[in-house]
Amino acid sequence: MSEHQPQQPGIFSGLWATARRDLLLAWKRPGDVLNPLFFFAMVCTLFPLAIGPSAEQLEFIGPGVLWVAALLSTLLSLNSLFLGDFEDGSLDQLLVSPQPLPVLALGKTLAHWLTSGLPLVLVSPILAMTYRMPGSVVPVMMLTLLLGTISLSLLGSIGAALTVGLHRGTALLSLLILPLAMPVLLLGANTVSLAAGNDIYTTGIWALGAYAVASLSLAPYATAAALRISNE
Amino acid sequence: MWKFFHRLASPPHFYRLAAIIAPWFAVPGLLLIAYGAYAGLFLAPMDYQQGDAFRIIYVHVPSAYLSLMAYMIMAVSGGIGLIWRMKLAHAVAAAAAPLGAAFTFLALVTGSIWGRPMWGTWWEWGDPRLTSELILLFLYFGYMALRGAIDDTAKADKASAVLALVGVVNVVIVHFSVEWWSSLHQGQTLMKKGGPAMDPGMLYPLLGMILGFTFLFGSLLLRRVRTEVLFRERRTRWVREMILSPEGS
Repeated sequence: MSEHQPQQPGIFSGLWATARRDLLLAWKRPGDVLNPLFFFAMVCTLFPLAIGPSAEQLEFIGPGVLWVAALLSTLLSLNSLFLGDFEDGSLDQLLVSPQPLPVLALGKTLAHWLTSGLPLVLVSPILAMTYRMPGSVVPVMMLTLLLGTISLSLLGSIGAALTVGLHRGTALLSLLILPLAMPVLLLGANTVSLAAGNDIYTTGIWALGAYAVASLSLAPYATAAALRISNE
Repeated sequence: MWKFFHRLASPPHFYRLAAIIAPWFAVPGLLLIAYGAYAGLFLAPMDYQQGDAFRIIYVHVPSAYLSLMAYMIMAVSGGIGLIWRMKLAHAVAAAAAPLGAAFTFLALVTGSIWGRPMWGTWWEWGDPRLTSELILLFLYFGYMALRGAIDDTAKADKASAVLALVGVVNVVIVHFSVEWWSSLHQGQTLMKKGGPAMDPGMLYPLLGMILGFTFLFGSLLLRRVRTEVLFRERRTRWVREMILSPEGS
């Protein structure tokens, strides 16, 4: 290596830079972070209103309701993952950057998870209590949501990259992502149900973890490919 | 050998070749389906447990098999188009999607009709295959919606190819997760996979139907790809010359 060449920043500096920038943007516009959370809480409120306040019933449907609400609220926040960058041209800057695009995409997805998935996990115990979830089940539910929202953010980033710049984006994004997200929902909600029924639930946790690891290692490449295609 | 492939990839050559090959798929396909339908509906013995109701298997199993096969064709040709930039492969993927969705729908409808006498319900969430087939139908819908939403054909091709490839990985995961899920519910055990050896009088019509459906699918696919190619190449010289030539065709 020649000494005169300017020092190239490492891979992780690109990751942190994109993640930090998005986090800063989220800090300046807290509505973007809070709205999906309110949505999550409201969907959880809808069910008791619709099916009645019977404690037994609520206890039974609680895990499923929390998971469906988490999935929908993640979908809601995904649309804006690349939209702002697409509109103001910073997405083009990411595309021409010498940094590997999958890493930059991962940085943006990381910021998305920190501002949408993680708050969901932190708020979920409060809502779980209104559904009379036993205290021993709450940590299991938080763990499934933690692993599940990681997968959902990563899967969603592929869909968001495919639909960025399309007019009918939001509805299309849901149509693309929901079938892909069904295994996560199925594993997550049923693992919590098993734990609530004092059954062996570790299979579901391992499967969710495997899904999260697999999507962490594969999804950024698909997202990068999709971003390049969408911005040709 | 390579020359053959290169010529195959050229749209005008494929367009002519497909017209010649398509009947060779259609005729055996229809003959096999005619045999399978007759032998399956009239000659095959009654099932000792399900009576005549089992005969819907002759439509259900071939459709279910083709619904997966069409998805594989769609994803593999999408991948070929993405990697080797072969335009014809994208046309194949575009043509395969509605066919696959149609067979998936057929498999769902026949499965539901079969479920009515067997389970006493039109829809049984406890059956893993019914549920994964439904998710497969949604995947097809998403794929076609994405294609429809992007105006630029080249862009639509590539974007939908990425989606199809992501979907392939997921189809496997969906299958296993749904199986795990339905085992929690102690699902029905009526439809055991494969089961004990099938009576040859039942089996041969089924094999005939599967092969016949596959041939028919091949012929339909070739025809659809032909139309797709013609539409995509509508501004090229060979299409104009062909249409203006006295033979037409």
